[in-house]
Amino acid sequence: MGRFKLEGPRAGALVMAACLVIPFIDRNGSHINFLVDAGAFVLLALGLNIVIGFAGLLDLGYAAFFAIGSYAFAMLSSPQFNIHWPIWVMFFVASGIAGIFGILLGAPTLRLRGDYLAIVTLGFGEIVPQTFLNLSQYTNGPNGISSLDQPTFFGYKFGFNPVPYYYLMLVLIVLAILVARNLRDSRLGRAWMAIREDELAAAHMGINTTAAKLSAFALGASFSGLAGVAYASKLGLVSPDQFKFNVSVFILSMLVLGGMGNITGVVVGSLVLSSLDRFILPQLTSFSHDVMHLNIDFTNSRFLIYGIIIVLVMLFRPEGLIPSRQRKAELHAGDTDPSVAAQEQQEYNKAGI
Amino acid sequence: MRGVTQRFGGLVAVNALSFTVEKDTIVAMIGPNGAGKSTVFNLTTGIYKPTEGQIFFDGQQISGLATDKITKRGIARTFQNIRLFAFMSAVDNVMTGEHVQMKSSMLDSLLHTPRQRSEEKRVKARAMELLRFCNLERDAENYARNLSYGSQRRLEIARALASDPKLLLLDEPAAGMNPKEKEDLIVLIRAIRDSGVTVFLIEHDMHLVMQISERITVLDHGEMIAEGLPADIRTNPQVIEAYLGAPTI
Amino acid sequence: MDVFLQQVVNGISLGGIYALIALGYTMVYGIIELINFAHGDVYALGSFISLAILALLGVQDEVHGAALIGVIVLTLAGSMLACGLVGVLIERLAYRRLRNAPRLAPLITAIGMSFILQNVMQLWKGPSPVPIPQFIPNPTIFHAGAVEIQLKQVLVVVLAVAMMIALQTFVQKTRMGKAMRATAQDRDAAQLMGININTTIAVTFLIGSALAGTAGFVSGVYYGTAVFNAGFAAGLKAFTAAVLGGIGNIAGAMLGGFLIGLIEALTTQFISDQWANVVVFSVLVAVLIFRPSGLLGESLPNKV
Repeated sequence: MGRFKLEGPRAGALVMAACLVIPFIDRNGSHINFLVDAGAFVLLALGLNIVIGFAGLLDLGYAAFFAIGSYAFAMLSSPQFNIHWPIWVMFFVASGIAGIFGILLGAPTLRLRGDYLAIVTLGFGEIVPQTFLNLSQYTNGPNGISSLDQPTFFGYKFGFNPVPYYYLMLVLIVLAILVARNLRDSRLGRAWMAIREDELAAAHMGINTTAAKLSAFALGASFSGLAGVAYASKLGLVSPDQFKFNVSVFILSMLVLGGMGNITGVVVGSLVLSSLDRFILPQLTSFSHDVMHLNIDFTNSRFLIYGIIIVLVMLFRPEGLIPSRQRKAELHAGDTDPSVAAQEQQEYNKAGI
Repeated sequence: MRGVTQRFGGLVAVNALSFTVEKDTIVAMIGPNGAGKSTVFNLTTGIYKPTEGQIFFDGQQISGLATDKITKRGIARTFQNIRLFAFMSAVDNVMTGEHVQMKSSMLDSLLHTPRQRSEEKRVKARAMELLRFCNLERDAENYARNLSYGSQRRLEIARALASDPKLLLLDEPAAGMNPKEKEDLIVLIRAIRDSGVTVFLIEHDMHLVMQISERITVLDHGEMIAEGLPADIRTNPQVIEAYLGAPTI
Repeated sequence: MDVFLQQVVNGISLGGIYALIALGYTMVYGIIELINFAHGDVYALGSFISLAILALLGVQDEVHGAALIGVIVLTLAGSMLACGLVGVLIERLAYRRLRNAPRLAPLITAIGMSFILQNVMQLWKGPSPVPIPQFIPNPTIFHAGAVEIQLKQVLVVVLAVAMMIALQTFVQKTRMGKAMRATAQDRDAAQLMGININTTIAVTFLIGSALAGTAGFVSGVYYGTAVFNAGFAAGLKAFTAAVLGGIGNIAGAMLGGFLIGLIEALTTQFISDQWANVVVFSVLVAVLIFRPSGLLGESLPNKV
């Protein structure tokens, strides 16, 4: 049973304060750079959490919306078409466009069973980057679009220093967490949970399941739109191979590892896997090389490792590191009998989780 | 219902069924297993669209409408195999039932506007009230699946009442209950009717049916074979024959 | 016209491969309602294993006569056996525990498994396509105008059809086949009848994966290369084929496979190969929206 009180306001304030001072303590530019990139993935994970964690719709093509957000920015804030909309506008525009595509790509899946929905979303996840690749007159095909505009904030130009991007990302993440939490504890959030549990019964509650599912897709996609803008603007370029299936699965593993449905869990899972990817695996590679004299390239095998993580977590702790109480109960339903479960629940209630 | 026929492939589940349920009454539908009773409920709440015929509610046609629209018109139901949201708490289940009564838009939900927050409080308070009405307040924060069987049945009723329906369909509400629970159920159903809700129930327990119903409709093989006052139904030879021997009256 | 007919021929051969893979998908889905994401990768594994066996046998060029038959039999059998065992292993390790879990769980695990397989293959033989010795002589057997049919193409189709007939016979006539059908229809009832569910499911995976191994062998022979991520695209298309024919329906999987092969070949020729994937995928979406039970009707467990 988890006893993390990271959701309490006091702990939240502490974490926030810590985040604010990090760039002053750690002057290493590449660390900050890493945090910004990791931050983009936190946004992505939070968005996917709405679709899978809250509404129970297994979307395997989530990277497609990341692509849409990034490319929208690339086409409207760069020399590509000589349109230079400011990034602050682009946040709205890109998340809006991504949201619309969320509805478009979600619409065909509405009446599908879980597995089929997954496959169709997977297919869309393939088609979107493929389309960006194919339409080379607009997108420069495999070369992508570069020299993307850098943001300015009341006259201060962002440049190549990652620190301002860091704070930008922090603001976005805080917003995303607030929005996600608000949605969860609301009429719409309950509708999503009801649909996830029993769609027929949910309809009998007067819930328009079509509208609710489409909202889940749209809102989840819009988070990606935001992430896409922020990520692309820092990187300065966008190209189709940033958005392959591997990326969708990577984000999915963050949810699986961290705890689907639980906002804190998702954030933690995301940061853990990003760290694994950027720091731990390369360290392991050099460690095995220098200390153990073995030539294992962990970085190259990283998708193998993520696959193993997914399988192991699903087998042994499917609710993830920081479970949502509900999800843990669902996944272990076969284990205990109701009276024991009721007792467990009393204890959860007392712990205030 | 008017001339409603429902076919599934070659099977005729309901055949040219016509009857009316009057407002503010308690009506029971009985009949041997497989008579088509649940199909009638499913037709009414929009799970199926009738192959032939129409269904009217409060003067308006509802056959062919989507389930959620029908709930919005004021029809709610419970299910024969309990379909609670097992991993949501009892109070959350009932709050979900209040979905149609809530006005919060997506924007309100996104931002937790004061309007949204006060509505949430109101909704939760009403949910607790409904739980009290059904004698479930102690279990409010427990997951639905952890409740006792009888409590789960009552929770389904509470959840159905949450949408403030005009017509409540109860599908075998007494199934699996002991005599004491059944007595409580009778009191509950009467109280529901007294609060202005029409009750239409399917039930196999004849004792309960006779005690509580004002009118009874009898189905057999998808057709209505009798309709009327309990006393008449009890002595109706066709009904007795359909059941192959007198049920426990 | 000739171009069209040639593509029809090509499409049918391609379809044979898809049909073999689709059979595995359809059988597994029919029995435990799980899309085995890793199935496509077992197919890719089949081509790599064929490669390994050929290397073991020292085959580098064309082989003739009795030796040819021997090589084919050994490689095919080896591939089928190895892939079958891998399939059983995957089921035992990853899916069995999650049989009663909410549907999301085994699905996600299957994705993880797929990733593992793909990356194992990538680490084993590298990311680029690996050539496979072309040991089967490939004369043109038949031609009319500019349309040619080669031996290999006939081989593919014959093998696919033979496998299907064998499978149908097995499922209809043998005791295990009956057990599989029973388990597919109602698992609990089957268990009460004394059928060992675990064994039955394991056998289903064994056969399905062995068929994927066959497809891998065939593909290796036909295309001459093996690449670690062949499973992804082929798997998606084969699954489309299974759905098109009717999920759970063996004949449907065959029909669907050939149809998808045709669609792909014709699209590649007349539109472009870049859009072929998109077209096939659109078929999937269209089928799921307009005729979800497929052309020949689906065959799934009854949920009471």
